Amino acid sequence: MTTVLRYKFELGCVLVLVLAFVLTQIGVNNFFFFAGFAVVQFVMIATAWNILGGYGGYINFGTAGFLGVGSYTAIALIQWSDVSIVPQIIIGALMAGLLGLFIGYFTLRLRGVYFAIATLALAIVLETFVNNWDFVGGAAGISILPPRNPELLGVMIVDRKGAGIFDNNTEFLFFLISAMAIFSVWIARTIERGKLGRGLNAIKDNEEAAECMGVPTLRLKLVATTVSGSLMGAAGAIFPNYLTFVDPLTAFNLEFAINALAMPMIGGTFTWIGPVIGALLLGTVQQIAIVTISSELNLLILGVVLVIFVVAAPHGIVGWFMKKN
Amino acid sequence: MIILELFINALISGILLGGFFVALAIGLSICFGLLDTVNIAHPTFVVAGAFCAFFLNSTFGIDPILAGVIMTPFFFALGWLIYSAYYQFFERTSAQALRGLAFFFGLLFITEVVLIMVSGVDHRLVNAAYIGKSFRGAVAGIEFSVPYRLLSAFVVAGIMTLGLQAFLDRSFFGRATRAVHQDMMALSLMGVDPVTVKRIAFGIGLGTCGIAGALMIIVIPIEPAVGRVFIGNVFAIVVLGGLGSISGTLIAAMILGIAESLVSTFFGPSWAPAVSFSILLGVLAFRPSGLLGVGDTR
Amino acid sequence: MSDPLLKIESVTKKFGGFTALSNVSLEVHTGERFGLIGPNGSGKTTLINCISGTLQNDGGEIFFDGHDLNGMKPHQRTAAGIARTFQIPRPFHSMTVLDNLKIPIEYVSGIGIGQSEIAEQAMSILETMGMAEKANQETLGLTQIELRKLELARAIAAKPKLLISDEAMAGLTGNEVDEVLEILIGFNEQGMTIIMIEHIMRAVMHFSQRVICLDAGELIAEGKPDEIVKDKGVERAYLGV
Repeated sequence: MTTVLRYKFELGCVLVLVLAFVLTQIGVNNFFFFAGFAVVQFVMIATAWNILGGYGGYINFGTAGFLGVGSYTAIALIQWSDVSIVPQIIIGALMAGLLGLFIGYFTLRLRGVYFAIATLALAIVLETFVNNWDFVGGAAGISILPPRNPELLGVMIVDRKGAGIFDNNTEFLFFLISAMAIFSVWIARTIERGKLGRGLNAIKDNEEAAECMGVPTLRLKLVATTVSGSLMGAAGAIFPNYLTFVDPLTAFNLEFAINALAMPMIGGTFTWIGPVIGALLLGTVQQIAIVTISSELNLLILGVVLVIFVVAAPHGIVGWFMKKN
Repeated sequence: MIILELFINALISGILLGGFFVALAIGLSICFGLLDTVNIAHPTFVVAGAFCAFFLNSTFGIDPILAGVIMTPFFFALGWLIYSAYYQFFERTSAQALRGLAFFFGLLFITEVVLIMVSGVDHRLVNAAYIGKSFRGAVAGIEFSVPYRLLSAFVVAGIMTLGLQAFLDRSFFGRATRAVHQDMMALSLMGVDPVTVKRIAFGIGLGTCGIAGALMIIVIPIEPAVGRVFIGNVFAIVVLGGLGSISGTLIAAMILGIAESLVSTFFGPSWAPAVSFSILLGVLAFRPSGLLGVGDTR
Repeated sequence: MSDPLLKIESVTKKFGGFTALSNVSLEVHTGERFGLIGPNGSGKTTLINCISGTLQNDGGEIFFDGHDLNGMKPHQRTAAGIARTFQIPRPFHSMTVLDNLKIPIEYVSGIGIGQSEIAEQAMSILETMGMAEKANQETLGLTQIELRKLELARAIAAKPKLLISDEAMAGLTGNEVDEVLEILIGFNEQGMTIIMIEHIMRAVMHFSQRVICLDAGELIAEGKPDEIVKDKGVERAYLGV
């Protein structure tokens, strides 16, 4: 029994994954998967952001850049050689991770502010670069056709006629992003509870003191940046298959930056639960809002809520709950 | 010969562009350099200033530069308010730097969305006598043209910069602003409230957005999201010039203007944002204190 | 005479046009209790920063335990055996008192050992400092002396060969000063070499076996405490006469 309790988090993860799978098998409206994908993707993005931002205190404004790198790596791979989706995700993650390492190497030796500015500028530069890269569609964008009868290791994954595991690509992608999100949360929690997480917290609290207490600050920051960036790249790599049409404006949208920031800050940055709650809450609200109010008003409210939380509730929803107990 | 002509014209445009960049960056040089507040929303406020100039110009026919001057007190007041909020919630309690940054990012976002809601996503332009025409000349067989809109931006930016430099060097509040950067305690012991000085300084920093915005809409067509394109520019200039140095900002703006103009002419305008970003990264990597910086990057 | 633990040779440090340290040389031997005094702005903390690696000296060499410290980052120097406190305490404010101590143990003195043993080691240091009951308290509510003790405890948790204490007793009452002195002497008796920077003269005199005095970045006097107290140069430096 104690074994079960010790691994209750892992068991929880498996249960959630099974739940996600079951949802795809019963007759749920396809719109649910379409909207659900976006929400779960945000869980992954918010969790990834928080590894560096919440644990380490180094804020990344360029989430859109890392996502976009993932997306366009996937697109480039599709254009080049019709690579299937799992390698797209892995290579997209790799490219974004390398990008994080590159930016981090130049800017993490300095105050956190410079890293933040560099990431923001980076996202814009990448968008400009892709705008001019015709191989992946340039500014006009590109259409991605889902594979006609995709297989994975010989097993039919998606078949409209019901022979595959999933009935359509959206269900499959929903399941895939759920698995990826659960994986991200597992990584975040493992980091949080381990030596790396404690070191990152020390860096966030007082970097100079941490360094003098033996914490290799630059190395830890680079690790966090690379892991965070890779997860974002993976989340971006799965995007083209979901959207079926991608242009730089969508892939590098600044909305990702504000959401990646707002969701953990509103949920609570000091623990893995915070970004999950923030993403589920804000993601769902936004999905509802998009159909009922204008997208500008939605963003305005998001910005205002972010500012309010930053000012009044620095420990987020989770922090507020914990204080009450 | 063609190359030389292209080069000369690119150089001229670059210098004039540099002047415009100074107007853009100088407010941030004050806020970030002297007050250590990372107002990443600064370019977006400039865009807001540009929209104000557009509104005054299209509705009342007011000359855009005059409109910029009219808007300056409003932006000063806005700066005063914003800094007061920032100080109240963040600096006084020495909250994490992360939260201050998030605050300004939220402001950036809110401002941009409000602009979209008010004015839509279309590009806007202004009309004035000097926009659209150029001064053409030829020296030693090389033809060059100096667009009046760039020239006027350059002149106004120059006046603004010299004025601010004089203010910081000679006036009491100007010197107090420099002092507050170096030693707050000493300043308050001399009977000056450091917070008021900072409020004024931030107000001035944001006040530049009125005129800078007017210059922006003179130089290029604007739309609400265009501020983001300039974030890289503006921070590259402030970092390259060195935090807290107006003359550093001037030199850096010139360098960037010329670099962007040359790259634009010879490699295509789509590469221009890469220039500012590369300069930013390069400076941070090799000389974080910038050319003439007095600030501290670590 | 065996090699000194810490050997500083002609160290210079400039900030722009301002020379903070000029040709400072000194040696500290293993097990020694060493005092560093000098008026404000004389370069004491700058020297400490150069030893701990927070700053890189412009000229001269620093040797510790046989290693040339040039180019070594602060965390590497801590791993080599140097620990320092900060003049204004810098606790990790999102962690409890105990967790503060766990960081240097996990990263330096207790690499590879399990969490429960780390906690035990941290706890025993807190007990030595007389702060065991504060172990699970947040650092935000600590008093001045508790913060300074935490600062010391954290440095000691790294099990350094050389501990540098930077004005650890500033602002403390007479009894509190004695308390901290006793703790430091206790650790010294167990073999820890200690450099103490202090303004509280009776603490320096009581504690140190040897003292040096800095003024305007230069070393102006070196010797036993009672010699230093009588030194004319030191008097001039402090009183400006």
